[in-house]
Amino acid sequence: MNELLTLMKSELLVTAIIFLLLFIKIGKGLKNESLLSLVQVLLLVNFVLGFFFNGEGNLFGDMFTTTPLIAFQKSILNLAVYLISLLCADWLKKTQHLAEFFLLMLSALLGMFLMISSGNLLIFYLSLELATIPVAAMANFDLDKKRSSEGAMKMILSSAFSSGILLFGISLLYGTTGTVSFSELPGLLDGSPLQVLAFVFLFTAFAFKLSIVPFHLWTADVYEGSPIAVTAFLSVVSKGAVAFIFMATLFKVFQPMLATWYIMLVILAVATMLIGNLFALRQQNIKRFLAFSSIAQVGFILAGISSNAVIGTTSVVYFVLIYVFSNLASFGVAAVISENTGKENIDDYKGLYKTNPFLSWILALALFSLAGIPPTAGFFGKLFLLTAAGSTAAYWFITVAALNMIISLFYYLRVVRAVFMDKNEQPIEKIKISASVKMALLICGAGIVLLGLLSWVFEHIESLQ
Amino acid sequence: MNLLLLIGAPLLTAVAVLLSRNQQQVRWISLAGSVVQLGLAVALLLAFRQETAAGNTEQVFFEMNYPLFSSLGINFHFGVDGISVAMILLTSFVVIAGVLVSWNIENLPAGKAGMTKEFYFLLLLLALGAYGFFISLDLFILFFFLEISVIPKYLLIGIWGSGKKEYSANKLALMLMGGSALILVGMLGLYFTAGHSFDILTLSQTAIPAETQHLLFPFLFLGFGVFTALFPLHTWVPDGHSSAPTAGSMFLAGISMKLGGYGCLRVATYLLPEGAKQYADIIIILSAIAILYGAFATMMQKDLKYINAYSSVSHVGFSLLGIGMLTQTAITGALMQMVSHGLMTALFFAVIGMIYDRTHTRMVNEMGGLMKPLPFISTIFFIVGLCSLGLPGLSGFVAEMTVFMGSWQNDDAFHRIATIAAAMSIVVTAVYILRAIGQTAMGPVKNESFLQLKDAGWNEKLAAIILVAGILAIGIAPGWLNDLLRPAAEEIMNRIAGK
Repeated sequence: MNELLTLMKSELLVTAIIFLLLFIKIGKGLKNESLLSLVQVLLLVNFVLGFFFNGEGNLFGDMFTTTPLIAFQKSILNLAVYLISLLCADWLKKTQHLAEFFLLMLSALLGMFLMISSGNLLIFYLSLELATIPVAAMANFDLDKKRSSEGAMKMILSSAFSSGILLFGISLLYGTTGTVSFSELPGLLDGSPLQVLAFVFLFTAFAFKLSIVPFHLWTADVYEGSPIAVTAFLSVVSKGAVAFIFMATLFKVFQPMLATWYIMLVILAVATMLIGNLFALRQQNIKRFLAFSSIAQVGFILAGISSNAVIGTTSVVYFVLIYVFSNLASFGVAAVISENTGKENIDDYKGLYKTNPFLSWILALALFSLAGIPPTAGFFGKLFLLTAAGSTAAYWFITVAALNMIISLFYYLRVVRAVFMDKNEQPIEKIKISASVKMALLICGAGIVLLGLLSWVFEHIESLQ
Repeated sequence: MNLLLLIGAPLLTAVAVLLSRNQQQVRWISLAGSVVQLGLAVALLLAFRQETAAGNTEQVFFEMNYPLFSSLGINFHFGVDGISVAMILLTSFVVIAGVLVSWNIENLPAGKAGMTKEFYFLLLLLALGAYGFFISLDLFILFFFLEISVIPKYLLIGIWGSGKKEYSANKLALMLMGGSALILVGMLGLYFTAGHSFDILTLSQTAIPAETQHLLFPFLFLGFGVFTALFPLHTWVPDGHSSAPTAGSMFLAGISMKLGGYGCLRVATYLLPEGAKQYADIIIILSAIAILYGAFATMMQKDLKYINAYSSVSHVGFSLLGIGMLTQTAITGALMQMVSHGLMTALFFAVIGMIYDRTHTRMVNEMGGLMKPLPFISTIFFIVGLCSLGLPGLSGFVAEMTVFMGSWQNDDAFHRIATIAAAMSIVVTAVYILRAIGQTAMGPVKNESFLQLKDAGWNEKLAAIILVAGILAIGIAPGWLNDLLRPAAEEIMNRIAGK
C-alpha cells in the first residue's frame, strides 16, 4: 500500500484533484476566480510534491513502472500545466465551464502520466486514448467559433485513425511475439518482416501524435482553431509526453531493431525540420506560425533521439524542459494579446515595442530561445541535441540540421522585426497585464535566461539515469 | 590577473544601464564602464608583460578552469596569450570610442528611434561577447560568445540604422548564422574525433588524422570566414556597415570582424594545421581577390560608408593573406593588421558618422571644403585616410609591410605573384582615399549651409584622440605589439611545422 502511494503519487494526486473538481461541480459550484486559484494552488502542490518521495519500481505485474527519470518527466509536465493555468488566466476566468475545462485537461494529464509510466502495450494504448480524447473536447472549447469545432473534428478523426493504426500494429506485434509486455518484447524481436511492419504502424501512431512530417497535416488547423490555452497544452505538454515515451520505447523495447528505426528517424527528422521551417516562413497567424515552428522543433528532438545513448535521453529531456519555457512564453504573450485585443496576426504585432515593452522583450527572448541563439537556454538545448545526433558520426545529418537553424532564424526574426522595427500607425494599445500572467511570464523569462547557464539542471537529469 | 573581470565589467555595466533612470545616467554609466574596461585591458597588458619579463614561458597565462557541463566536457576555461591581449586591448579602445561617439545619440539622425537605454545595453552586450570570445579556451564557450553578438547586431542595425536597414539587418543575421552553422559542424567534428573534448589546449595536443583535418578545415575556416568577410562571403559587409548606426559600424568592423579572423587563426589553422596546409593556396587566391576586388569596388563608391565598407573587405584581405602564407612573420603581420584595421576602421566610421550627423549626407559629391567649417574632423579624416593607404608612421604601414615581408619568405612563383598582386592594391587604395578626402575636405565649399556647422564636441574629440593614439602607438613604436604577437605566432607555426 505504501509503495502504491509513493510510486503512483502523481497519478493519485491528479485523480484526487479531478474528483475534487467533480464534487465542486456537482455541488454548489464556485466562482470562476476562486475555482481558478484553488486549481492553481493544487497544481503547484502537485508540482512541488513531484520532487519528493521518488522511488523506483513496478506495479500491477509490470503494467506500471516508474523511475526517478520518469518522475522528473512528470514534473516537467506538471510545471507546464501549472504555467498554462497562470498564463491563460484571463481567458479561463471568462469561460463558462471552467471546472469542465480543468477536468478535461487534468484527465489528459493523467493519461500522459500513465502513458509515460506504462510497461505494457495495452496500458500504453489505454492511456494514450485517455490523453487524446479529452484534448479533442478541449479544442472545441470556444463554443461559438466555427474554427474551433472544425479543429476539434479534425483532431478527433485523425486521432481515431492513428489509434486504429496503433492497434493494428500492437496486434501484429502480439501475433508474432506472443507478449505485450515491454520487458519481454526485446528478447522476442527478431526483425522479421511482419515485425517490421508492426513497428512501422507503431511508429506512425507516434508520428501522428508528435506531428512528424508527413503526419503533421492536422496540426496547424487544430492549433489555429483551438483556444490558446489548448494550443499551448497540445504543443508543449502533449508533445513532451509523447516524445518521452517514444524515446523510451525506441531505446528499451525496440533496441533489437535499431538499424530499422535509426534510418526512419533520420529521414523523418530531416523532412520534419525542413517542411516545418518552410511552411512557417509564410504564416500570418501567430498560432499557425507557432504550430509550424513546433513541428520544426520536433525535428530537432528526433535528431536527439537518433543518438540512441544516454546523452540522447538527457538532451531530449533537457530540451523539452527549455521548450516548455520558451514555447509557453511565446504562447503566453500571444494569449495576452489575443484575449485583450482579439488580434492574432503577426502584422498586428508591428510596433508592439512602443506600447508594450515587457511583452515584447519576453516574446523576443522566447523566439530567440526557439531559434537557438545565446544567451538563451534554447542555444544549449539545441546544441546538445545536435551533439547527441553527432555521436553516431552522422555529420551530414547535423549539417542539414544546422542549416535548418538558419531558415528558422529567418522566420523568428520576422516576428522580432515586426515587434521592434516596423512602424505602425495603430499599434496594439497598452495592455494591462494581470499579476498571475505577469508572474508566469517572468518565470518563463527567468527559465529561458538561466536554464542554460545553470548546468546542474542538465547534470541532474543525467544523474537520474 | 583575474580574467573574469573582463566579462564582469561589461556585464555589470549593461545591467546598470538597464536599471538606470534617465539618459544622463545611461551615458555616464556606460562611459564609466568602458573606462574600467580600458583600464582592465591596459592592466592585462602590463601584467602580461611582467609575466613574460619574468621568464614565464607557459602557452597561456592567467588560466582559469571551472566545469560547466562536465559530462559533455564543456568548461569555463579561460586564458590569454599575446594575441588575446592585443585583441582585448583593441576591443576596449573601440568600446570607449563607440560610447563617446554615441554620447548625444538622441539628437542625432540615428537617435530618432529613441530607446537610448536599449542602444547602450546592446552595445555593451556586443562588447561582452567580444571579451568573452577572446579569452575563451573552450570551443563551446567560444562559440557561445561568438553567437551572443547576433541579437545585438541585428537589433542595432534594424532599429537605429539608416537606409534599407531591415534588409541589411536580416542579411547580416542570416549570413552570420550560416557561418555559425558551419562552425558548429566543424566544432562537433573536432569534438568527436578528439575524444569528446572542446578544450583548445587539449585539442592542440591531440593527433587528428589528416583526412579528418582536410574534411573539417573548410567548415571552420569558411564559418569564421563569413564573420571576417572572406571573399565571396563578404556580401553582408557593405550593407551591414552602411546601414548600421555609427557606433554599430564601429563595433562591427572594429571588433566583430576580428572575431572571425581570430577564429580562422586560433581555431581553424591552429587546431587543424594539415587542413591549413592543404587549403592554403585557396585561401591565398581568395584573399588576393578580396584585396583587389575590394579596392576596385571602393573606387566606384560615392557613399562614404560604402567606401569604408568595401575598403574594409580589401584590408581584411591582408589578414587572411597573412594567414594563408603560413610563415611566422606573415601571421604576425596578419594579427597586426587585425589590430590596426580595427582601430583605423572604427575611427573611419566615427569620422563618417560625425560628418553625416552634421551634413545629413554621406555622398562624396555633395560635400566639399569641409576643412573650413570642420577643421578638427577633417584633420582626423586625413590621418585615418593616410593610415588606410599605408603611410609610414601610422599603423597600417607597419601591419601591411609585415604581411608582405612574411609573404615574400615563400619563394615560389605562386606566392610571389599573389604578394605582388596584393601589394598593387595599395596604389588603388591611394587613389580612392585621396579622392574621397579631396572631394570632401578640400576644394571650394559646395553648400553654403555647411559653413554654419559646428566642429566636433568634446566627446567626439576624445573618441578620435583615443583611437589616433592607438594608431600612432603602433605606427611609431610597433615593437611592443610585435613582442606581444610574435611568440603566439611562433606557437602556431610550431604546430604547423609539426613540432
